[in-house]
Amino acid sequence: MALLRSWLRKAAAAAVAGVAALALVQTAPVRADDAKEPIRIGSFLAVTGPASFLGDPELKTLQLYIARINKEGGVLGRPLKLIHYDAQHLAKKAVTFTRRLLEQDKVDLIIGGSTTGTTMAVIKLVERAQTPFISLAGASVIIDPVKKWVFKTPHTDRLAVRKIYTDMKKRGLTKIGLLSGPGGFDKSCAGNARKLAGKYGITIVADEMHGKGDTDMTPQLTRIKNTPGVQAFLYCGFGAPTSIVARNYKQLGMTIPHYQSHGSASMKFIKGAQGGAEGVRLPVAALLVADQLPDDNPQKKVALAYKQAYESAYDDAVSTFGGHAYDALMIAVDAIRRAGTTDKAKVRDAIERTKNYIGADGIYNMSPTDHLGLDEKSFVMVEVRDGTWKLLK
Amino acid sequence: MSNQLLQRHGGLALLAAIIAAGPLFLDNGFHYNVAILAGLNAIVCIGLNLLIGHAGQISLGHAGFFALGAYASAILPERFGFHPLGALLTGALLVGLLAFAIARPILRLRGHYLAMATLGMGIIVSIVLDQKVDLTGGPDGMVVGDLTLFGQALRGNLAWYWLVGALLFVTTWMALNLVHSPVGRALKAVHGSELAAAAMGVDVFHYKVLVFVLSAVLAAIAGSLFAHYNGFVTPDEASFIHSIQLVTMVVLGGMASIAGSIVGAVALTLLPQLLADFHDYEMIVFGAILMGTMILLPTGVVPTLAARIRERLA
Amino acid sequence: MLSEFLQFLFSGLTVGAIYGLIGLGFAVIYNASHVINFAQGEFVMIGGMATVFLMAAGLPMPLAVVLAIAGAALVGWLLARIGIETARGAGVVGLIIITIGASILLRGLAQVVWDRNFHPLPPISGDAPIHVFGATLLPQSLWIGAALIAIMAALRFFFDHTRTGKAMQAAAIDPLAAQLMGIDIRRLVRLSFVLSAALGALAGVLVAPITMTYANVGVMLGLKGFAAAIVGGLGNPLGAIAGGLVVGIAEAMTAGYLSSAWKDVVAFVIILFVLLFLPNGLFGRAEVHRA
Repeated sequence: MALLRSWLRKAAAAAVAGVAALALVQTAPVRADDAKEPIRIGSFLAVTGPASFLGDPELKTLQLYIARINKEGGVLGRPLKLIHYDAQHLAKKAVTFTRRLLEQDKVDLIIGGSTTGTTMAVIKLVERAQTPFISLAGASVIIDPVKKWVFKTPHTDRLAVRKIYTDMKKRGLTKIGLLSGPGGFDKSCAGNARKLAGKYGITIVADEMHGKGDTDMTPQLTRIKNTPGVQAFLYCGFGAPTSIVARNYKQLGMTIPHYQSHGSASMKFIKGAQGGAEGVRLPVAALLVADQLPDDNPQKKVALAYKQAYESAYDDAVSTFGGHAYDALMIAVDAIRRAGTTDKAKVRDAIERTKNYIGADGIYNMSPTDHLGLDEKSFVMVEVRDGTWKLLK
Repeated sequence: MSNQLLQRHGGLALLAAIIAAGPLFLDNGFHYNVAILAGLNAIVCIGLNLLIGHAGQISLGHAGFFALGAYASAILPERFGFHPLGALLTGALLVGLLAFAIARPILRLRGHYLAMATLGMGIIVSIVLDQKVDLTGGPDGMVVGDLTLFGQALRGNLAWYWLVGALLFVTTWMALNLVHSPVGRALKAVHGSELAAAAMGVDVFHYKVLVFVLSAVLAAIAGSLFAHYNGFVTPDEASFIHSIQLVTMVVLGGMASIAGSIVGAVALTLLPQLLADFHDYEMIVFGAILMGTMILLPTGVVPTLAARIRERLA
Repeated sequence: MLSEFLQFLFSGLTVGAIYGLIGLGFAVIYNASHVINFAQGEFVMIGGMATVFLMAAGLPMPLAVVLAIAGAALVGWLLARIGIETARGAGVVGLIIITIGASILLRGLAQVVWDRNFHPLPPISGDAPIHVFGATLLPQSLWIGAALIAIMAALRFFFDHTRTGKAMQAAAIDPLAAQLMGIDIRRLVRLSFVLSAALGALAGVLVAPITMTYANVGVMLGLKGFAAAIVGGLGNPLGAIAGGLVVGIAEAMTAGYLSSAWKDVVAFVIILFVLLFLPNGLFGRAEVHRA
C-alpha cells in the first residue's frame, strides 16, 4: 500500500514537472527567422465528432494542396502556413479557436466552419477583426444577408431544397414528411423546405424534429410512416444522424421515396447506413459523379483532377466536403495573387471579384451581392445504388 | 486575532497587487482573454467553495446557474429590450429565486443523493437550453450584444480585465468577511458535525440554503459577464462537464480555501491553453488531476502548501 | 394506433433493458462498497469501442466481444485498486470526485487510443425487422432481452448459492459484521468493480448496433443507468433492472407521443421526483439521509 502510494506520488510529481516544462516550451518564442514570412491561413474544422465526415476530408484537402502549392514555390514567393484547430461541431470551441487564430496566431485569412452552427458563431468575431473568412458550411443564412467579410463555397440548402422539390414534382409526389435536426444547417434547410413547398405544390403533412445527439429516430419516423397520405420523406441534416435516419428507415420497413440534402454527400453516409442508404436521392456537387459527367462539361477536368489527387494521397473516397475546402483554398490563393498582397481589405475585395473560376463544386461568379457565386447548374441529383452514387438524368 | 486580521488583509492586498500588476505581464489579446476567463471562473469557484468547502454540500449542477445567467444576458436585451445591466441583475435575481426554491427540498438530501439531484437539475437546464430553439438558438447557441456601462459599450480586453479584476476583488473580500462572520463559524460547525451544530442551536438548514443561493447568484453574475465578453453563448455552458470543471477547480485549489479557489481557477483555465497543441490529451490530464488531487492531496494544493510553510516556520 | 404504441414500447423496452444492465452495475458496486461509480458509463463505452477496434484488427466478433469484456473488467479492477482503495478516507464527496475523474480519464484515453468518431457495430443476427401487429422489432432487441434474463438468472444463482455471492450480500447488509466474520471486504470491492465493469461492457456491446458507439457514448448512458438504480432503490439489483425499464419506457413514450426533444429530461425529472418524494425508490430498500 505504502509502496503504491509513494509510487503514485512520484508519478504525480513527474506529471507536474512535465506540464511545467510544456509551459516553458509553449511560452518560448517560436519566431522563424525566415526572410520569407509565410502567409498564415487559419482554419477550424469538425475533424472529429459526429460531423467528422465533413471536417476530416476538408482538413486532408487543405493539407494536401497547401503542401503542393508550397512545393511549386508558394504564393507571391511566400510559403503558405496552415494553422488548424479541431473545433468539432461545437460553436463554443469555434469561438475560442477563432479568437486564438485572430489574436494570437494573427492569420491573414480563415477557411473553416464545417458546420453552419460553428460558422454563424464566429461571424461577429471575423467582422470585427476585419479578416476574410470563407466558410465551408451549407446554409443560406451565412451569406444571406451578405456580410462584408464572409464568403462560402458549398451550394446552399435553398438550392438543395429546390432541386429536391423539382425531382419530387417530376415523380408526382406532393405530400411529404419532413424530419430535421437541431443544428443550424438543419433548421435553415427545414425552414426553406417549409417556405418553398407552396411554390412547388407540395404539402408537408408531417413535420418532425430530433434532438442533439439522438441515436434513435424511430419514434419520429414511426409517426411519419403512420401519417395518412404521406408519399415521400425528406431529411434535413448532416453528419452521423444522416446514417442513423437511413438505417432506422430500413428497420421500420419504410418504402416511400427517401430524400436527403447535400449534407449527406459522403461515402461515410452510405457505409454508416449499412444498406439503409439504397435508393436515397440527394442533390450533390457534380464532383461526386465526375466520371459520369459528359465530356464537354467544363467542370469535369477540375473535378477529376481533384478526385484523383485526393484519392491517391489518402486511402479514402472523395466527398463533396473536401471539394468545398479545395474551392475555398483555390479562391483564396487566386485572390491573394490578384491582389498582390495579403492586405486583408484588398484580399477581401479580390475574393468578391472572383469571376468564372472553375472549381470542384461548380463555376464561381461572386459579386458584392452574392458571396457564394454558384448557380444551380453545377448541382445534380443522384441516387444511391449498389453502395455508390448514380447520376440521375 | 490581530494575526488573523493581518492574514486576511494581507491576502486581499496581495490579490490587489497581483491584479494591478497583471497588465505588465499580459502581452497580447489572447493572454488577456485567458486572464479574464480565469477571473470569471475564480468568482464562480469562490461561491462554489463556500458551498462545498465550508458548508460541506456538493453541487454537480452549478454550470446550470452560470448558463442561466449567461442566457439572461443574451435573451433579455435582445428580445425584451432590457438594458444589459438590468438583464444581468434580473438574471441574478431569477437565479437566486430559483436556487432558493429548489434549495429547500434538495438540500435535505445528502451525499450521493444530493450529488444526483444537483446533477439532474444542471442537466435539465442544459436540455431546456438545447431544446428551446426559438428562444435560445438551440445547440448552436446565440450571439450576445455588448455590455454597456454609462451609455458606453464595454469593449477591448483592458477594460474587461479591470472590470473582472475589480469584481474578483470584491467577491473575495465579501467571501472572507462571510467566512469570518458568525455565519461562517456556524457553517464550519455544520461541516464538522451537523448534529452537534444543531444541538448547539445553530439553524443548520437556514445557513445551507443561504450559501446555496449565494453561490448560485455569483455563478449567474459570472455567467452574464462571460456571455457579454465572449459575445456568444451555447448550452454547453450548462453541461455536466462544465459543472465538473468548476468542482475540479475548487478541489484542486483546496476545499474551504478562498485563495485555493482562485489558484485552482487560474490553473485549470490556463491548462487547456498550455495543452492546446496537445489538446488530445486534455481530458486525460484533466481526469488524472481530479483523481490524483483527491487521492494524494485530499485537502488541495493551497492548504497543503500553507501547512508545509507553517511547519517550516514553526 | 396499436402498431404505433407497440413500436414505442419495443423501443422503450430495448433501451430500458440497457439502462437496467448499467443500473445493475451501479447496484453491485454500491452494495459492496457504498461507492457510486460515475465511471460506469465508461465501461459501456469500453465494451463497444474495444469490440469495434478488435474487429477492425481482424478478430472474429465473438473473440472480440470476450476480449473487450475482459479488458473492461481489468479496467474495473484497476479502478478499485488504485482509485478506491488508496483513498479510503476520502468521504462521499471525495469518492464521487475520484470516480468522475476516472470517467474523464478513461474517455480521454479512449479518444487518443481509439478515436472520436462514431462507429457502427454489426448486430448479432442480422437486421431484417420482425413484424408484430404492424410494428417492427429488431432481432437485436430480442438478444438484449435474452441477455438481460440470462444475467438476472446468473446473478440470482451467484448471490444465493455461492460463497462469494453470499459474502457480498452479507457485506452489503453490514460491512463491519461481515469483516468480523472473516470476509475480506477489499477483495469483495475489487470483485464488485470487475463484475460491474463486465456487465457494463456487455451492455456496450449489445447497444452499439442500435445507437453506434463513440468515446463519449458512456456519459448519458451512465447517467441513465444511475437513474435506473435510484428509481429502483439504490443497492437493489432487481430494482435497478425494473427501474431501467421504467425509465426506458417513459422516455420512448415521451419521444413517441410528445416530442423527442424532451425525452432526456424525463429520466432526470423521474430521478428528482423519486429522490424527493419516494426516497426508497419505487421498489424499496435504500436509505436516503434526510435531515
